[in-house]
Amino acid sequence: MADYAGRLPVATPESQPYWDGLKEHKLMLPTCDDCGPHFYPRPFCPMPKCFNWDIKWMQASGKGKVHTFVISHQPIPPYNSEDNAPPYVIAVIELEEGPRMMSNLIIDDPYSTTVDMDVEIVFDDVTDEVTLPKFKPV
Amino acid sequence: MDQIRHKVAIVGAAETDDLGQLPHMSRLALHAQAAKNALDDAGISLADVDGLLCAGAIPNEVAEYLGIQPRYIDGTSVGGCSFMIHVRHAVAAIMAGYCDVALVTHGESGRSGVDAPRGGSASSPGGQYEAPFAIGGAPTTFSIPVLRHFHEYGTTKEHLAHIAAATRAWANLNPMAMMGSHRRTPERGGGPITPQDVLNSRMICYPFNLLDCCVVADGGGALVLVSEERAKDYAKDPVYVLGAGEAAAHWMVSQMRDHTTADGYRIAGEAAYKSAGLGPQDIDHCMFYDAFTFTPLMAAEDLGFVPKGEGGPFFAETKTGPDGEVIYKSGPGGDFPMNTNGGGLSYCHTGMYGMFAIIESVRQLRGECGERQVPNVNVSMAHGPGGMFASAGTLILANA
Repeated sequence: MADYAGRLPVATPESQPYWDGLKEHKLMLPTCDDCGPHFYPRPFCPMPKCFNWDIKWMQASGKGKVHTFVISHQPIPPYNSEDNAPPYVIAVIELEEGPRMMSNLIIDDPYSTTVDMDVEIVFDDVTDEVTLPKFKPV
Repeated sequence: MDQIRHKVAIVGAAETDDLGQLPHMSRLALHAQAAKNALDDAGISLADVDGLLCAGAIPNEVAEYLGIQPRYIDGTSVGGCSFMIHVRHAVAAIMAGYCDVALVTHGESGRSGVDAPRGGSASSPGGQYEAPFAIGGAPTTFSIPVLRHFHEYGTTKEHLAHIAAATRAWANLNPMAMMGSHRRTPERGGGPITPQDVLNSRMICYPFNLLDCCVVADGGGALVLVSEERAKDYAKDPVYVLGAGEAAAHWMVSQMRDHTTADGYRIAGEAAYKSAGLGPQDIDHCMFYDAFTFTPLMAAEDLGFVPKGEGGPFFAETKTGPDGEVIYKSGPGGDFPMNTNGGGLSYCHTGMYGMFAIIESVRQLRGECGERQVPNVNVSMAHGPGGMFASAGTLILANA
């Protein structure tokens, strides 16, 4: 795992709880009592009429749908080796809780992906420090 | 809103001497050569410039490089539409008296990478929430909204392929166009293509095949703007700014509010129409930024030229010419002349293509386009996104 080739995120103080949650295999979302959860993590509610800074964290179910997707044929790390070769799916997942996030879909035949397909989270421990939230068909 | 109408004019517009593969020129040299050519086009000296607007460079970098000390600067750098936004800002600056002669410059070593900074911080939102999923530049991100549009409206790859074929047909009439017949080479190809050729080309990132994607080039362009009172003092006929708009809708494409509608296009377009006192029915010629075939389709819908969801069939409509040739909706002879320089798809795309769209609007309005000149162009729209439908800039330009 130490030689993971893909790009790795570096947390900020505000997003640390999100990345810490993933490491424990939990998808944590920041949430506002009035407006509900949002993505990506910010220390306030990003609804302009709310802009509330009293944010709590909630654990998401990890279930969602493929909102839209593409099938990349580019050898972009980590999809640049013989056993991890393109094509691969980059998808925007609409979580059951509402917010949308970018991810990869783990699927045998990328061309069997469909819009609105039901998916669930897969925690991909790409290094000792970083776990990426990916998804697979239900 | 109508107070900006016809107050400021573009009096100079030009690209760098060449476009394509220019490994002998750096980013800032491209800015400077474009500036020289636009100033020459206007018949004006660099010494007269007192306002400088640029993207992909800090205004101070360009000012120092050129050896000028402008009293008005704007470094709005939000991607390909930055130059539409610069024109809008230059209009306001000239009207406010902040400057008299505004120079807008673009230079980008998008192909050769000579002083071309790339990539962002791994702690930025993009670095944390998109980059780890193996996105690799525009083909893997500008494509993200497309399948949602297909899903909701029945748009198809065949529809998009017609836009590529139509745009190539314009390129074939432009000696400067990289993929046009004039610059065709056995290695790179070029010359006429059919929609089927687009579908048969190599898959880059589904739903985009190679010919759905823009070319990758080095190059630059520049504009010179002055107030309407002075506009007739220069070498060429002035092109007046009738209306302008801009917007910032999101940054990461995953956070786009609705993947089938570019909110920024709507906001910018509405402001442009309102300030010009015009609507889509008044526009004779469109330059709609085409990083990919899908990009101008969104513009035609979100700027009101065709109802939402009907862009695909609209662009796929063809007719037969007198010699049996196919006439595409947006191609030469078609009734929706668009991207008449050959577009980002087939003319040139440096990374921030918007400058070239504006230059072509200016040239069509001046009647300088030779073989590709569209008859009776009096009002032209130049519109583009920045980032992946993230920001937007719209200009309505006219020759009277």
